[in-house]
Amino acid sequence: MESFSDLLERLYFTNSTNTKTAILHQYLKQTPDPDRGWAIAAIAATLSFDMFKRALIKQLILERVDETLFALSYDYVGEMSETVAHLWPANRSSNHQELPSLSQVVDYFKQAQKDEVREYLINLLDRMSPAQRWALVKLGTRGLRIGVSARLIKKILAEYGNKDVAEIEQLWHGLEPPYTELLHWLEGKAPKPDVSQHVTFHPVMLAHPLDESKHLQNSEATNKDNTLRLDEWQLEWKYDGIRVQLVSTPNGKALFSRTGDDISHSFPDLLNSVDFLGVYDGELLIINDGVIGSFNDLQQRLNKKRPSKKLQQDSPAGMVVYDVLKLDQQQVTQLPLNIRREKLEHWFANTTPERILLSKELLAADAEALKTLRQQATDGNQNAVEGLMLKRKDSIYVAGRPANHWLKWKREPFIIDAVMMYAQRGHGKRSSYYSDYTFGIWKGDELVPVGKAYSGFTDAELKQLDRWVRRNTIGRFGPVKEVEKALVLEVAFDSAHYSKRHKSGIALRFPRISRIRWDKPANEVDTVTSVAALIN
Amino acid sequence: MSKSHPREWIEVRPEGLYCKPIGYFIDPHKPVENAIITHGHADHARPGNSSVIATQATLDIMEMRYPGAAWRQFKALNYNQSMCINPDEAPEQQVTLTFKPAGHILGSGQVLLEYAGSRLVVSGDYKRRSDPTCPPFEVTDCDVFITEATFGLPVFKHPPIEQEVNKLLQSLALFPQRCHLVGVYALGKCQRVILALRALGYSKPIYMHGALIKMCELYARHGVELGQCVAVNDVEDLTQLAGEIVLAPPSALNDRWSQKLPSVLTAMASGWMQIRARSKQRNAELPLIISDHCDWPELLQTIKQVNAPEVWVTHGREEGLVYQAQQMGYKAQALSLIGYEEEDIE
Repeated sequence: MESFSDLLERLYFTNSTNTKTAILHQYLKQTPDPDRGWAIAAIAATLSFDMFKRALIKQLILERVDETLFALSYDYVGEMSETVAHLWPANRSSNHQELPSLSQVVDYFKQAQKDEVREYLINLLDRMSPAQRWALVKLGTRGLRIGVSARLIKKILAEYGNKDVAEIEQLWHGLEPPYTELLHWLEGKAPKPDVSQHVTFHPVMLAHPLDESKHLQNSEATNKDNTLRLDEWQLEWKYDGIRVQLVSTPNGKALFSRTGDDISHSFPDLLNSVDFLGVYDGELLIINDGVIGSFNDLQQRLNKKRPSKKLQQDSPAGMVVYDVLKLDQQQVTQLPLNIRREKLEHWFANTTPERILLSKELLAADAEALKTLRQQATDGNQNAVEGLMLKRKDSIYVAGRPANHWLKWKREPFIIDAVMMYAQRGHGKRSSYYSDYTFGIWKGDELVPVGKAYSGFTDAELKQLDRWVRRNTIGRFGPVKEVEKALVLEVAFDSAHYSKRHKSGIALRFPRISRIRWDKPANEVDTVTSVAALIN
Repeated sequence: MSKSHPREWIEVRPEGLYCKPIGYFIDPHKPVENAIITHGHADHARPGNSSVIATQATLDIMEMRYPGAAWRQFKALNYNQSMCINPDEAPEQQVTLTFKPAGHILGSGQVLLEYAGSRLVVSGDYKRRSDPTCPPFEVTDCDVFITEATFGLPVFKHPPIEQEVNKLLQSLALFPQRCHLVGVYALGKCQRVILALRALGYSKPIYMHGALIKMCELYARHGVELGQCVAVNDVEDLTQLAGEIVLAPPSALNDRWSQKLPSVLTAMASGWMQIRARSKQRNAELPLIISDHCDWPELLQTIKQVNAPEVWVTHGREEGLVYQAQQMGYKAQALSLIGYEEEDIE
């Protein structure tokens, strides 16, 4: 555990990717199996089980620290693991014993009975330094965030073994921690692991936002024409559902989220209807007899791990397919999009799969027509559409977000002015700053909350907002500060809906702060009536 | 004469803490007629007051920082030297001021006010660890103790300064080609870090941003021996700074200024560095937990030793310390003074 904790400390405080890579390479060289594989799993967040629950950690700390002081500390630090790491009373007598290795710790928790976990955990925490406690709690509750993404880990592993990162990508979701066979292959000590028989996730391709000034206008200053040649691009609606990958092999089938989480159990209705092979990319939506439901309809099924029969009937899950990675058993990612599209259309016509729609190709002759299409994306009859997708016809399917391959162009956000009412401290990077703001609009002569936003401002603006909150606090409800109703925030959001969640009776989709109106008086902001008019 | 409780003669005004019988503010954050200043940090000592009473070192710091704007008239008062502020009043109306060492930085003092048979101590900022640049905090008997609470939560436990400065020396040994750029507050932290380096045997010149040089010279004039300090501006070949220690104010760490230094490793010396997210917010690769304030155990120790029946808690995390003081059997309340920087200045 000592070297694992040291590794996390060094990675956490290092900003440069090169240095992170060097630190991890050194760790891989110096650390035996299976410790190093478990460390990789912890960092890449591929551990499949919690070693202990957050609730247990909280219970243990409350047996040692006053509840009020714990709550205040947690509110300030903004993170449970670190709060516990600092608050846990140091046990000086047992400080000098060596700690068990990372794999010993993992193995113990894996096989331990429930009642053994508690004592083992106390014993470890007693013997650890604050940094080691932090590492243990992060490891055990799978909450490690140290600025090394899963993608970066794969790149670092590829460089370690002098391989192409695409090879690691292909293997990754077919392998399990502690990755011994992968590491041995990278070190040239074993053949490449064979994952061809696994039902695995293939990392998805992502889009960049379309930049109107760059892609749709001639730049007169440079006299360069950067505008898109629309005949080189495939146009589609951008659906407002959940990005999914449907994988069907002779050995089984599964539905993955865009980050590779297996979400099959939430959508058995869709998965059961699949009677074909291949890997398909698309958007999960509610589809009732071929009619796409709104995002609100889909919301009923989100976060339901085991949907009831009735829910499956009322809100049937379906999929709009827009790309294909494997057709039957044949890999097609290396073919250009227009060929993949032809194959996909051909497959769709022959298979006529249940619950599945094919994403329609749209046409726009010029930039004006494109803008008109984008306008139409907001029309009431375009359910679950939030904008346009533009994909280069000659692009192959690559994992990640390659430049100038796929572009997304969301419709214009709605904008309202609202008044800050409450503020709360943020977490992670923003810990101890007041960065989460509840804002309200007028209902008669009363201000009522309509939403909460915690993004859209710069770091410098965050500091100003934080200072403003501290100086204008008029009340406190636990971690929430009530502020003077005086600061106007311009809030951008994607759509408005009726909802019982807020006192205004309206909920906003993805609200973010677009401007801080230090100049504007609070009595001039929007009203419930003016915001309700934005609901279509 | 009946004893008058401090709550009768002290109040919180928008400008700051106010002593009614004499019309003086303590560390006001807006310009006022009469001010008593506990120490030279910019959130406590502001320019533009008409008349200022402080220790000589604090006055020197203010004069350097606010040339021509520090005050219209001033009065220097040594530690433990009492002065009646209003000698012309009847004896029962007289207020006596004494500065007691606070151990925070050069010149820092607690303010002891005596009036109508009762005693009030305003701690200002203070610490209990040894600091060679100022006399140690003096525990002073009083009826009401006003304490700061910068690190007023039990998560804050500061390690010994030797341990943290050793981290810096070990990093220098490990990365001898990298210029170790350490963020320090210009007043207090800078000089304390230098002295801790010297105490551990580091005798090479210490390089620094121009903003720190003047303050180090002021410390030297007050008899604090810092060894050789060199302004980075006076170094002709900056590549020579590889493997050297360069001190700079926190604002310069991620500034263009630091980009000219060779292969920089960024460290930051502050009590806040104990919290990971704070270190990240500062972009510190090497966080050094060095504070000029009390940590939580020291705050509690001080409240116990001062043993005033009543504790008022100001700037910082008041809520936790008020709660804890009440648990310890003291009457405690938060004083909502605004205008003190909670985070940026120590």
